[in-house]
Amino acid sequence: MSAKSHAMVMLRRNFKHIARNPTTVFNAVLMPIVMMLMFAYVFGDAFNVGGDYIDYATPGMMLMAVCYGLGATATSVNSDITKGIINRFKVMDVSRGAVLTGHVIASVLTNLVAVAALVTVGFLLGFRPSANLLQWISVAGMIVLLGFAAGWFTVALGLAAKTPETAGIASVPLVMLPFFSSAIVPAEKMGPGVQQFAEYQPFTPIIESMRGLLNGTPDTGDTIAAIAWCIGIALAGYLWASSTFKKRA
Amino acid sequence: MTSSAITASGLRKSYGNKIVLDGIDLDVRAGTVFSLLGPNGAGKTTTVNVLTTLMKADGGTVHVAGHDVATEAKSVRAAIGVTGQFAAVDELLTGQENLQLMVDLNPVPTDEGKRIIADLLERFELVESASKPVSTYSGGMRRKLDLAMTLVGDPRIIFLDEPTTGLDPRSRRTMWTIIRDLVADGVTIFLTTQYLEEADQLADQIAVLNQGRLVAQGTAEELKRQVPGTHIRLRFTTTHELDAAAHIFSGSTRDDDALTLRVPGDGGTKSVRALLDTLDEHSISAEEFSVQTPDLDDVFLALTGQTHSTEAAK
Repeated sequence: MSAKSHAMVMLRRNFKHIARNPTTVFNAVLMPIVMMLMFAYVFGDAFNVGGDYIDYATPGMMLMAVCYGLGATATSVNSDITKGIINRFKVMDVSRGAVLTGHVIASVLTNLVAVAALVTVGFLLGFRPSANLLQWISVAGMIVLLGFAAGWFTVALGLAAKTPETAGIASVPLVMLPFFSSAIVPAEKMGPGVQQFAEYQPFTPIIESMRGLLNGTPDTGDTIAAIAWCIGIALAGYLWASSTFKKRA
Repeated sequence: MTSSAITASGLRKSYGNKIVLDGIDLDVRAGTVFSLLGPNGAGKTTTVNVLTTLMKADGGTVHVAGHDVATEAKSVRAAIGVTGQFAAVDELLTGQENLQLMVDLNPVPTDEGKRIIADLLERFELVESASKPVSTYSGGMRRKLDLAMTLVGDPRIIFLDEPTTGLDPRSRRTMWTIIRDLVADGVTIFLTTQYLEEADQLADQIAVLNQGRLVAQGTAEELKRQVPGTHIRLRFTTTHELDAAAHIFSGSTRDDDALTLRVPGDGGTKSVRALLDTLDEHSISAEEFSVQTPDLDDVFLALTGQTHSTEAAK
């Protein structure tokens, strides 16, 4: 059997897990919406971002929606390795990475559902982007690329962690990082130190490129930086995951 | 069949400075049960991990089903089935779905897959719980499902790593019956266990592993012959009586703490009567008298260099 169909079998298994244990997806989809409502209604008016806050915040929240889904991915990968399921697959004539590929695809699809739900709520709150169709497709592409990169990185975290609990905790920084980016407020409004960190961390160019695309004013520099970061993170995550997968028996 | 299903020579493995396997040689005949016996930490699971391609050995060669585990891992994996120390089942799926997952991952035609699943559920008495999530299963049911999943691809060589550890006596016997049925079908079983009774019950050949070395190999009978034979155990109430008795029976061994004396003898009525008569002649009376035959426990404890603490504690 080919690697592709083994990965499909694994993906089907992940879907069944999600259907049996819907609270994880519930968290992944609902938490970003709660954050969005909080920032748009409670804090939004306190921030001066030059324009409608909802238009500013939605792209950042889309990235957060991706990050919130990662905890569940890390936990489920870890429980696969700690409970011996991965060893079972490893001693079968099953293509090596199929189980990991299944997790990454499931993670990306969860991300897409979460982002779609979030953008819908955004529209209800008055989000009015001026992007054309091509720019929307580019935004979707960016979300998939980000989900793919973050997904491989999270799978590696999940494989390396000792227990499902520590795997969940290991993914917390990924949820926190967006707060120290231009997701909520522009980096130049932050204090010294944090500001430099926010400017140079990978999430900022990713958010800025999506913000530009949604405003109908794409920034080539940000977009190239965003794509480069995603490819770099995906590659690092993939290599880390593969070597941990091979070593850990 | 007289061909070898599994052969290993000079197998070595260490983690950092700690040597786990220190030159293991194995030869498992096809269609037999081979049991690797050893205390916790002896290297049993490491041996299984190397034989099943999960781990690379640091040295030595291993052939499973005629394929080299280092260079033909894929062919080895296609020939074997492995049930590890902890039931590797998917808790969120039902029993049926777990088996279906194995069918999907094995090169089995769809309609035949359905038949295989139905057969296995029947054989392992899991029909009633087939549509319940595995998280509701008992320990024994999980083990059975785990083994059923291993059997989906009809492997001819099966590795069972402590398949009955933690099971209640009834589930353990069910497991033994299943293993015997597999052997009757001509399957080769590589079994690790820390239960001597299990090895005694099931295995054609037993190898005793201790601190990374094989300290003995043979049939259960051959191993039992390696320890001191049947003896008669006498317990006295005073040291004075023990002294006297030890003086009479040459070749006996005494334990001053327990006030016992082990007298070699075959346990037959004649020799027992002679022994009792001798005691009578010297007006010595023993508080307790018992005939002890060696079992695998004695072999195990003798070979792994641990003191027979249970006897000393009595």
